[in-house]
Amino acid sequence: MQRINELHPVNQDFEPEFYQDLHTDLMFLNLGPSHPASHGTLRTLVALDGETIMSAVCEIGYLHRGFEKTAENRTYDQVIPYTDRLNYVSAIMNNVGFAKAVEALIGVEITPRCMGLRVIVSELMRIVDHLVCIGANLVDIGALTNFWYLFNKREQLYDILDKLTGARLTNSFTRIGGLARDTYPGFEDEVLHVLKEFEIAVLDVLKLVARNKIFLSRTQGVGIISQADALSYGFTGPCLRATGIPYDLRKEFPYYGYENYQFEVPVGEVGDTYDRIMVRFEEITQSIKIVRQALKVLPGGPINSDDKRVSLPPKDQTYVNIEGLINHFKHIYEGIKIPPGEFYDATEAANGELGFYIVSDGSGNPYRVRCRPPCFTIFSAYPDLIEGGLIADAIATLGSINIIAGELER
Amino acid sequence: MKEVQVKKIPREKLNFWEETYLLPIFQGMSLTLKHLLKNISNTEQMPVLDYPLEKKTMPPGYRGKHRLTQRDDGTVKCVACMMCATVCPALCIHIEAAEHENPAIEKFPQVFDIDLLRCVYCGYCVEACPCDAIRMDSGVYTIFASKREDFVVHKEQLLNMQAQYPETARPKQGMPPLPNP
Ligand code: SF4
Ligand code: SF4
Repeated sequence: MQRINELHPVNQDFEPEFYQDLHTDLMFLNLGPSHPASHGTLRTLVALDGETIMSAVCEIGYLHRGFEKTAENRTYDQVIPYTDRLNYVSAIMNNVGFAKAVEALIGVEITPRCMGLRVIVSELMRIVDHLVCIGANLVDIGALTNFWYLFNKREQLYDILDKLTGARLTNSFTRIGGLARDTYPGFEDEVLHVLKEFEIAVLDVLKLVARNKIFLSRTQGVGIISQADALSYGFTGPCLRATGIPYDLRKEFPYYGYENYQFEVPVGEVGDTYDRIMVRFEEITQSIKIVRQALKVLPGGPINSDDKRVSLPPKDQTYVNIEGLINHFKHIYEGIKIPPGEFYDATEAANGELGFYIVSDGSGNPYRVRCRPPCFTIFSAYPDLIEGGLIADAIATLGSINIIAGELER
Repeated sequence: MKEVQVKKIPREKLNFWEETYLLPIFQGMSLTLKHLLKNISNTEQMPVLDYPLEKKTMPPGYRGKHRLTQRDDGTVKCVACMMCATVCPALCIHIEAAEHENPAIEKFPQVFDIDLLRCVYCGYCVEACPCDAIRMDSGVYTIFASKREDFVVHKEQLLNMQAQYPETARPKQGMPPLPNP
């Protein structure tokens, strides 16, 4: 009761007796965990005064699957399908992040074509992730049409992924030391076509929202986080860039030849919902630029490293040749042997820094895998972002920080 | 932190008409109407499928429901080497091996069950098979049953699945010729 009195509305100061008779009290409400507006199984307990959120507490863990513990009982290659389910909106970026960490730990070089393809699919997935985030965010603010415009184009990319990876959502596309398969004939043209479609979608949506008074008043000045707070919470990715800090791992610690591609890092000024949405829009444009450049310089050659430690032998070797068969058997029964050691490696995923910390004891299974999901730190700031605002703004803010429960709760 | 090329997100002031919200409403309406007209004048290109009346054909290489391949005489090609069961990240393949009457083949699976409720359709089993005995090229993506037990598919069901693109399926290879009895 004491605490509730502290949180009581300002009005009480004017007419305390009146409010005593009314028995106004804070109302406690669960936003989620099972609610369409909560974008996944996220629970936020809020104390409401009317529509205003006086205090909020988040709870996570409803989608906890034990990714890290499971990984200890799997070989390195077997972990890759599990990483699909971290950020399921951009599954391939997780595959790439994990494969890159393991490759760095063993010290294998991947082929130039593999690098180029990983950049291309990663950037395509980044675009999709942002399309989904923006689309869902705009639905939260009541702009449903945009959702269709964005999702129709996403569908076209999924058709390409169907052909390229063999699955729509959980692609499991990378392998340690390479990729599951090479591109199919006509891949380049289809990607170029879908990039054009993405540009059209972005233009259409910007036409609908960019100078729309309702959209601007729903997003500008809502859910503000300052640069200092964002840094101390450990923000990365678009949410950090929205506060004006141009921190992007693709620029800071370039990998896979990102230093050779021309692209800009979009930054916001205020760190509100508007900046986060617009930074994502701009990142889509930049990613389109990167994919175009990467397609132009995509080298030929093999996609899998010829290092026998990590790559399965080609099928014709396995079928007819005893060395190939034994290599294949050893690879599958024992997994990839990694020298003892520990390593942290991170990539810039759609939501921010996606890191994997791997401890190896020299056997075929990781001794410990720790995943640093970008959402986790961002979601921990969510109560700060919404306290003092309205419920409707809390929903819009949640959409704009793009919390993916699969990645948050692992 | 490195110096990088940044692009500032602009915050423009709205003009008078935009402030009233009247102009944007008409601009937005004209855009959505354009989409509507385009869609109803050419319904063919609409990205809509009347599922389940109309089904999507999956491209070659799509990872659908599994199938076991057969030898020319219709027996199962699998030699029960347990590679797929070992590599499966979901641990959903259950094999019980038995001795084959042909000594050149040694083993065959008496029981070959896949629990499709556990399967994550990663395709690792196909990659791991050293004799091309398991494939996921059936193109079947609708997997349904009314009981939990019915999701566990057995050897006979797996053997009876058809390839979606029989002409592009990998050629049979890799098995030793059967010695004459
Ligand atoms: S597709 Fe993956 S999960 Fe399914 S049976 Fe094969 S290896 Fe196991
Ligand atoms: S890997 Fe192939 S041959 Fe071996 S048990 Fe599995 S299906 Fe049979």
